[in-house]
Amino acid sequence: MKPLRRLLDSIEPQFKEGKLRWAYPLYEALDTFLYTPGEVTKGPSHVRDSMDLKRMMTTVVVALLPCIFMAMWNTGRQANLAIEALGVAPDVAANWRYGVLDSLGVGYSANSFFACLLHGALYFIPAYIVTNIAGGLWEVLFATVRKHEVNEGFLVTGMLFPLTLPPTIPLWQVAVGISFGVVIGKEVFGGTGRNFLNPALTARAFLYFAYPSAIVGDAVWTACDGFSGATPLGALATADVAHGMAAISEDWMQAFLGTMQGSMGETSTLACLIGAAILIGTGVGSWRIMVSVVIGAAGLAMFLHGVGSKTNPMFLMPWYWHMVVGGFAFGTVFMATDPVSAAMTEGGKWVYGLLIGMLTIVIRVINPAYPEGIMLAILFGNVFAPAIDYWFVSRNIKRRQNRNAA
Amino acid sequence: MEHYLSLFLKACFVENMALAFFLGMCTFLAVSKNVKTAFMLGLAVIVVQSITVPMNNLIYQHLLKEGSFAWISPSLANVDLTFVGLISYIGTIAAMVQILEMFLDRYIPALYTTLGIFLPLITVNCAILGGTLFMVERDYNFPESVVFGFGTGVGWALAITALAGIREKLKYSDVPEGLRGLGITFIVVGLMAMAFMALGGIQL
Repeated sequence: MKPLRRLLDSIEPQFKEGKLRWAYPLYEALDTFLYTPGEVTKGPSHVRDSMDLKRMMTTVVVALLPCIFMAMWNTGRQANLAIEALGVAPDVAANWRYGVLDSLGVGYSANSFFACLLHGALYFIPAYIVTNIAGGLWEVLFATVRKHEVNEGFLVTGMLFPLTLPPTIPLWQVAVGISFGVVIGKEVFGGTGRNFLNPALTARAFLYFAYPSAIVGDAVWTACDGFSGATPLGALATADVAHGMAAISEDWMQAFLGTMQGSMGETSTLACLIGAAILIGTGVGSWRIMVSVVIGAAGLAMFLHGVGSKTNPMFLMPWYWHMVVGGFAFGTVFMATDPVSAAMTEGGKWVYGLLIGMLTIVIRVINPAYPEGIMLAILFGNVFAPAIDYWFVSRNIKRRQNRNAA
Repeated sequence: MEHYLSLFLKACFVENMALAFFLGMCTFLAVSKNVKTAFMLGLAVIVVQSITVPMNNLIYQHLLKEGSFAWISPSLANVDLTFVGLISYIGTIAAMVQILEMFLDRYIPALYTTLGIFLPLITVNCAILGGTLFMVERDYNFPESVVFGFGTGVGWALAITALAGIREKLKYSDVPEGLRGLGITFIVVGLMAMAFMALGGIQL
């Protein structure tokens, strides 16, 4: 590693004072990516924590690893199952991924671990690469023009965003979405730590409203042409009330492990729980938010389940099902706890979490327009987080004043 | 009871005056620099809205609507005065705000001084007239109009408080020069509206 360090040091003056001064953020990003920097973050994203931003974001990426693994394996497995179910040999001309799989000779067996992993990777990796190239381009552009450093925050955004997408999403939409998320959701406010909405969710919501045909419906969740399989939430929402929960073809354990249709990284509750353990154990994610989201959602789901409905099948879903389907676990663990856009005060975190949890169930159950709600609920929570914080801060100030006056 | 509850939630969240219809934008953008004033203005809007919408409802149902004079004589059954609707509604709103101002000045001076200029400003807030016009268009009866007026007021107050909270937080942001001030506020409001779309389509 020594020569590399020497090389970086030797070109440093060029970027610090020399002709290439405009590209200093680029150099800085490369340097601190390869080597631990000698200083810690100073900007606003750092004000509330004594831990370095870089370490924090890396921890989130590590916590995401189980989800990424599931994203690849399960996407491939669902695709292979669909191919088996259709019984038609995959058309190599229609999809370059089949060409790659054929040339490697791995086949399409749903029972082969490696075949599934590779097939899924061919869907996840391109989306991931496009996200990072398109988003990274904007990040670097803003960093060079506005002279701030390229932040590790994007590493997390760029990892979260592709995980929330369905495998069939066109790659140009991935690029458009992440561009909106990074530029409008974050960079216009000055970069990581200064935004008020979660950039990955902004990007996802933008795609959701701009190109609904590619992101909702039954056909998008399995990476196989001509195969349509509903997610449990979608299946129940369109089912007959009389059939009840039988409309969902998966059993609870399947939903918990994540071997079902859905967004690439969101299906597995187990993988999210592993991530949650890492986040809580290292203190990066707030357990208050996670617990309160779960309490809010479970409470309202139990209530609505008790009330019941003759026309709306979503009322039939018991609370423990709500926990494992859709993006609930993923959103709760990785999105709601985003330290920048969530509430900062301890009490505020409880209110913020409860709001998100309850709103998720409201959208899922009584809003027929959207089958899934956690993403929009978190954005809604982000919007109110500063006001919630304000209320708790001014309440604390008042309490202290009273205590000192007495 | 259930009907009124769902009407309230609809007026407050689903059809939020500020973030779904973008009404009352001038005050929404101008008076949202800090949470305290924004909240006070929100309170004033709630009060004015829950008085003027029912008031206008009475005027509409008993004076303007076709057939409202039928009880005097059958020959008046065809009289339809809705063409003077706009002017009567805005007149009522202006008068109500004036009365409210005098009342507060006399009996609750503390609140009067906190609200200050915002109280008369409410007269020209389009969210207020918008509330009345929606009420007329949907032909609400009196109790419905009370709930609707209160609900729209609460929704608007919530929205402006949230916006003010965000704008206070944005003090720590580093917004590009060209976007500072109103520009970034427009972007924030747009993003807030996107989040509020979560509730669009709720059928209660």
